[in-house]
Amino acid sequence: MRYRPILLFLLILLCFTTALGQEPTDETEGPPDTVVVDSSLLPAPVTNLQARDTEDDNGHSVTLTWDVSTDDGSGRDDVYMYMIYRSMSPEGPFDSVGVAMKGATEHVNSSSKDRAQPDFMPDHTDYYYQVGAVTVGGLITRSDVAGPVQSYGQFFNMGRIPVFVFVVVFCALVVFFVASARKGADLYVRPLAGIEAVDDAIGRATEMGRPILYVLGLGTAEMVATIASFTILGRVAKRVAEYQTKLIVPCYESIVMAVAQEVVKSAYADAGRPDDYDEDSVFFVTSLQFAYVAAVNGIMLRELPATNVYMGKFFAESLLLAETGSIAGSIQIAGTDEIAQIPFFIVACDYTLIGEELYAASAYLGREPILLGSLKAQDLAKAAVVIIALAGLIATTFGWPGFAEALHVEN
Amino acid sequence: MSRTGIVVFLVVCVLFVVSWVVKAGTGDPEGHYIRDGFLVTFAAFLTLAIMSFMYKDNPYYKFAEHLFVGVSAAYWMCLAFWSTLVGNLVPRISERLSNAFMVPHQPGEYNFFFYIPVILGILLLMRLSPKGGWISRWPLAFIVGTTAGLNFVRYLRSDFINQINSTFLPLAVDWQGFGHFFSNLSLNATGQFVAMFGNCVIFFGVLCGVIYFFFSKEHTGWFGRASRVGIWVLMITFGASFGYTVMGRISLLVGRLTFLLRDWLGIAS
Repeated sequence: MRYRPILLFLLILLCFTTALGQEPTDETEGPPDTVVVDSSLLPAPVTNLQARDTEDDNGHSVTLTWDVSTDDGSGRDDVYMYMIYRSMSPEGPFDSVGVAMKGATEHVNSSSKDRAQPDFMPDHTDYYYQVGAVTVGGLITRSDVAGPVQSYGQFFNMGRIPVFVFVVVFCALVVFFVASARKGADLYVRPLAGIEAVDDAIGRATEMGRPILYVLGLGTAEMVATIASFTILGRVAKRVAEYQTKLIVPCYESIVMAVAQEVVKSAYADAGRPDDYDEDSVFFVTSLQFAYVAAVNGIMLRELPATNVYMGKFFAESLLLAETGSIAGSIQIAGTDEIAQIPFFIVACDYTLIGEELYAASAYLGREPILLGSLKAQDLAKAAVVIIALAGLIATTFGWPGFAEALHVEN
Repeated sequence: MSRTGIVVFLVVCVLFVVSWVVKAGTGDPEGHYIRDGFLVTFAAFLTLAIMSFMYKDNPYYKFAEHLFVGVSAAYWMCLAFWSTLVGNLVPRISERLSNAFMVPHQPGEYNFFFYIPVILGILLLMRLSPKGGWISRWPLAFIVGTTAGLNFVRYLRSDFINQINSTFLPLAVDWQGFGHFFSNLSLNATGQFVAMFGNCVIFFGVLCGVIYFFFSKEHTGWFGRASRVGIWVLMITFGASFGYTVMGRISLLVGRLTFLLRDWLGIAS
């Protein structure tokens, strides 16, 4: 309240300065109009403004808290928003860096961590903040200056402790089961119809003298579905090498192509036929979705592959590919973890691996201890899901929120 | 080329020229009417060429396909060069190169980190070398391993823990006893019965769906029955998803037909 006369004086001074700065447009024009603001119309400022580094983040962010203006929700009730101001000096100048809605008592001022961006906010630097209460009429009353405050990143995000616990438990399970598999423990994996059909389909292609088309999808090399697809490709390529059938692998991404070439090359070497490996069998097409589809569709109708295998990450092109393969009369086996695309494969393909079956397929085919061990660990994790979900259901039904809160993960 | 093929080709050429002349004639005389007429005609030709695939593979489809693939591959190569190499890398590693490419130099304390992808990129290109090809496996392993590790934590949070949290639903919503429940029984979408039924479907659907994805146990007995319910839940979900997505695809077809009928032929408003 004691700043009102000063603010009024500053406002009037600002009006004069602005008006004097304007060039007269007409010689006959009289003295510029001035706006006199009644200090009683200015809103009450926010109080108790506090600034602190935002917790559990990677820096470049400051959290402000305050008590709302007495004219927000009470008094004249004419405050409709708050302006956030930031400066590197307590004397200013203060720049507007955000707004908060009426009734808000907190604002997170997050800025870019990229030096090249204009809103870059370096860590370990003193900042000062003000919050201005803004009325419907546009009058602003700024608060006292809060600060200095520095932003910095935390090494450990305490809000993600449940994730940390699950990572540790899951990794321990994987290590345990991988060790068991290496010691010769018999880890059962139920048969997957889609994968069992792969060998038959390769045999069919050999008998018909036609190639096998293997599509890795539109995923990048680091996607889980693509990684699983590489394992299946290795298995298919090995069989193809044994049967001396032609393999065609058109790739959507250059890194995927590089990995796929290595996988196929290794498979041919494993089959004892390294000289039969044709570098041109795995090739890059383009990184534009529908151009890639057009090219693969053309291959299907020209090469008439006996078997089409679609394994990996697929998007809107899934039905286009599968429909064309169906028209070409190929046996089709598909697998993806992209939920929206699974229906299209189900209706247009002979066999479909649904979601996680794609990951299991790589373990089923490889029979490697690492893959089998991780599959067993995944199953145990699923059992944990069932138990936790059941416990959560009981807790929520009986109104015990603590259980759900314990598993809540901050972003 | 057969005689029929030649005749069809000539007809297509004539139609193309006629369309170009007509579109140019009806274009804005103060604008680039010849160029605009050509672009609309060419776009319509490519649309029809791609659609001709529904009949069978033909030279016009092949032309459109190869043009599409070639242009897109070149476009992405240029985009990657100018946005990734010139846009992001060059300004951070060399002032002289920045000046050469006329991009503002961005000196920074940690810019030496940008040499890591440069080295990995060079190693990746070693696959072109007959003797040093094996070196290219290292950057591949780095890319795949690092991103898979990062995704592990991300997916565990979004697809695992948050999903479990979403199944914490009360089976008894606004429960005030059996008397109140049966006296207010209705199929209103916001009613108590529908809310409780919906929560039951979500919980038991998730439970049976998860059971279907158990791979290390044989699906027999009660486990097999729960698994069958799980696959039914999945199939019903896929059916709904299928119908929803097909509607989206039809809107794409409408977009193309609108182009042909309005922008090209001018017979639709």
